[in-house]
Amino acid sequence: MLGYVIRRILMLVPVFFAVSVVIFSMIHMLPGDPIENLLRVGSSPAQREALTAKYGLDRPLVEQYLLWMGNVLTGDLGTAIVQRRPVAQLVAQALPYSLTLGGLALCFSTVLGVVVGTIAASWRGSWLDQGLMGGVLFGSMLPNFWIGLLMILVFSVSLGWTPVSGARGWESLVLPVLTIGLGGTALVARVTRIAMIDTQGKDFVLLLHAKGVHPLTIQVRHVLRHALIPVVTILALRIGWILGGAVTVEVVFARPGLGSLLIKSLNQHDYPVVQASLLILAMAVMLGTLMGDLLQAAMDPRFRDSLT
Amino acid sequence: MLLDVRDLSLRIGTVGLLDGLSFSVDRGEVLGLVGESGSGKSLTALALTGLAARMGATITAGSVVFDGTDLVGLKESAYRRLRGKRIGFITQNPMSALDALVTIGDQVDQVSRLHLGLSKRAARAHTVEILSRLRIPEAEVVARAYPHNLSGGMKQRVVIAMALAADPDLIIADEPTTALDVTVQAQIVMMLADLVRKRDLGLILITHDMSVVAQICDKVCVLYAGRVAESGPVRQIFAAPRHPYTEALIGCIPRDGMAPGSLRGIPGTVAAVSQYGADCCRFAPRCGRADARCRTQQPLPVVTGTGGMLACHHPVDSPVKEAADADAR
Repeated sequence: MLGYVIRRILMLVPVFFAVSVVIFSMIHMLPGDPIENLLRVGSSPAQREALTAKYGLDRPLVEQYLLWMGNVLTGDLGTAIVQRRPVAQLVAQALPYSLTLGGLALCFSTVLGVVVGTIAASWRGSWLDQGLMGGVLFGSMLPNFWIGLLMILVFSVSLGWTPVSGARGWESLVLPVLTIGLGGTALVARVTRIAMIDTQGKDFVLLLHAKGVHPLTIQVRHVLRHALIPVVTILALRIGWILGGAVTVEVVFARPGLGSLLIKSLNQHDYPVVQASLLILAMAVMLGTLMGDLLQAAMDPRFRDSLT
Repeated sequence: MLLDVRDLSLRIGTVGLLDGLSFSVDRGEVLGLVGESGSGKSLTALALTGLAARMGATITAGSVVFDGTDLVGLKESAYRRLRGKRIGFITQNPMSALDALVTIGDQVDQVSRLHLGLSKRAARAHTVEILSRLRIPEAEVVARAYPHNLSGGMKQRVVIAMALAADPDLIIADEPTTALDVTVQAQIVMMLADLVRKRDLGLILITHDMSVVAQICDKVCVLYAGRVAESGPVRQIFAAPRHPYTEALIGCIPRDGMAPGSLRGIPGTVAAVSQYGADCCRFAPRCGRADARCRTQQPLPVVTGTGGMLACHHPVDSPVKEAADADAR
């Protein structure tokens, strides 16, 4: 088992470099550069060249990449060209907001999704099943920013229960968490429901009934346990998305976060910041997948034994 | 009588799948429930354990009297207290009968903790004892293993252990050996026969294998397309089968000194129950002795001299010609 974990972590190394090359080349292929954002109107070509040279942007791309990678590996993410602050500082400011929001939204959608999926599967085909699944499906079809705006209108403006925007205190987290969480709920509920219905038809469930085990115990302790395996796999894939994909919600609620930082830096062509943010998101996706596999190994003895 | 089933009929939707089944089993007795695929054997097992409703089936007539109580119409919560505690169930396929995510020990413990109220520790000791008695080597180690670590024969022993854990009065075994290797089949069959004698419990052995019936059953009930064709003491039935179907089934067992190529099968197959007309002998299309009467009139089961039943217009021991003539008159 430990061997497997070490092997998986070692496998992340080449992936890390491949991802960094892709990120780097994609950004430098985009038209425009950060210097344009630094120059005042009417600056001379000489001033432009001087600035370009100052940030090393006149050197060959391969050299720029190696320089950047070398710095990253020693723990130096560089300095933002346009925002003029250490990248590490910018990221460190944004990341906690994204982690809190993403983490809470993930918890919310997991808990609600699993509960809804379990109830739907247990009363399969009933009006309860159809109502719940129809409800979550409808909820997931509505765009994030629109739900966000709607909730601001209802809960903040009309009812005055929560702050309209900002990131101060836990109250300001409620609406963004709900907004992001609702989308994931439908996915989790659907996967849970299908996996449970599939498991309910298995022979071992019939035998559990024949053993006289209470149906509720069978659903929760046995059927749900099997159903959670695919749920965990899917959630692990969403970790990266939930960290960086909250941009629209961050904009609607005027919250800082990795998504907003990324969009802002992309608009300014602030290479070091964009590179660092994307690299962090890529790492989150990789670590999320690894965590998903480890969780699966913890849950499924068959999978665990197949690893050695 | 431990279990007395009378005229049990059951349907799913509009299709009557079991039609007037009657049989009984007492303590220390093995009843073989025999028939081809589609004869309603497994459904009968589910009906007896009160699980047929889960398959969407409804019992429309008859009674299932277990130790003095009629189980038909029994409340689900009351039925649940019987299942696993007084009626043990062994399923067809041990490969898929166990929860892959739960250890063997926990799955067997579950029964004694639930029905005997044993503590975790006591239940485990009980489990290890049962597993060892079923000749599972290193039972403590096996109890900590997961199903995928065990062979098919071992898994079936675990399923048997679960059926035995609460010390039941009746065990219903649905094709307990079908999914196993031939060498293991004999072991499991002998193990079950041994349990019946030692623990004085009743066993209903559902099988399509007449040689298994010959080995361990005291009584046999032959089903055909949801109806009883013939039942009676095993010795009697094997010595002198009276229903043409029983005779044909026995003819399918290979014997010593048989000439190569002389093993007979039964021509044709069991059709879906819905295909048969209301009033006919369902075996008639495959029967050499069938005549016009068999196709238009259902042979009702009659009690035979040996305490069994027979549902046939033209039993094997009646002269064919005469019967046909009598029909013509």
